[in-house]
Amino acid sequence: MNALRGLALLLVFQAGGEALTHALALPFPGPVVGLMLLLGALRWQWVREPVSQVADFLLAHLSLLFVPVGVGVIVHWQLIAQHGMALAVVIAASTWIGMATAALALRALLRNGDTDD
Amino acid sequence: MTEFVDLWVYLSSTPLFGLTATLVTYVIAHALYERLDRNPLANPVLWSVIAIGVVLWLTRTPYPTYFAGAQFVHVMLGPAVVALAWPLYQRARELRRRGVALIGAALLGGAAAGGSAVAMAWALGLPAEVAISLAPKSVTAPVAMGIAERLGGVPALAAVFAVLTGLVGALSARYLFSALRVSNWSVRGFAIGTASHGIGAARALQVHPDAGAYAGLAMGLQAVLASVLIPLIARLW
Repeated sequence: MNALRGLALLLVFQAGGEALTHALALPFPGPVVGLMLLLGALRWQWVREPVSQVADFLLAHLSLLFVPVGVGVIVHWQLIAQHGMALAVVIAASTWIGMATAALALRALLRNGDTDD
Repeated sequence: MTEFVDLWVYLSSTPLFGLTATLVTYVIAHALYERLDRNPLANPVLWSVIAIGVVLWLTRTPYPTYFAGAQFVHVMLGPAVVALAWPLYQRARELRRRGVALIGAALLGGAAAGGSAVAMAWALGLPAEVAISLAPKSVTAPVAMGIAERLGGVPALAAVFAVLTGLVGALSARYLFSALRVSNWSVRGFAIGTASHGIGAARALQVHPDAGAYAGLAMGLQAVLASVLIPLIARLW
């Protein structure tokens, strides 16, 4: 029951986020606004208990949720095949550049800040 | 034989087919991944997508027919993004203590990934709407779609690029980090979450709990920062 209540809360926060984005013409996607609203509400026990249960389950199986969009590759197959080589280079290289930058930046920034690791 | 074909035609046209195919394929792919000691090359998203794609292609099932069922899995991406508040909340103290370093690294990493992607796409002569759809590639797919839509890109392409980015990160992070001699689990997790969002985070979670928590944190930060900053930068352009 707690998990169901948690799922209901997640949906309510997402809907709240979507409503706010539309009403105020915010530049964020609705779920991101829902995330920020929930972050504030997690201080309350009655939100935290049910949400933690369903969040752990959802996030543990996060990769499953990407399968339907991933299969969508076949719809754009022509475009992807036409620019395949260039896209592969761009996607792979930019991912490595981003990951290396984040890792080296965080290591350098942490070294200046705290010293516990 | 005709009876079988009729049955197949009937089953493959109901939403039940897409939903069942998605879950069953993923469960099998995940079991194989476990069996192969979670080798990054056995990534369950990658192999589920390939297997389902091949089945759809062989049976000439249109993607919308598949999606009619698969959308029940897809809609959970929204609540999953909201649920990222939980790992962020759990790490709130660390986030406050190391806030400047974490936000700095998220900004630099995200800008390096998105910026280099758009620059290379432009240099290689890719069409403008493709280049624009590459900008939010480091952000989790549902958020990337929203950003691409606002920029005038193609949401579906942005989702595909985000998934491919996630796979590249999940498959290669281990080798990149050992080449760079980055051994700290929090730093590794944070970097993989920054550059390859949920698919990277799912991989990090399976490798080490600290890496998983920091990857979730990075993915949440990236979703928030990118959805504010990318449209803003695009407007200033």
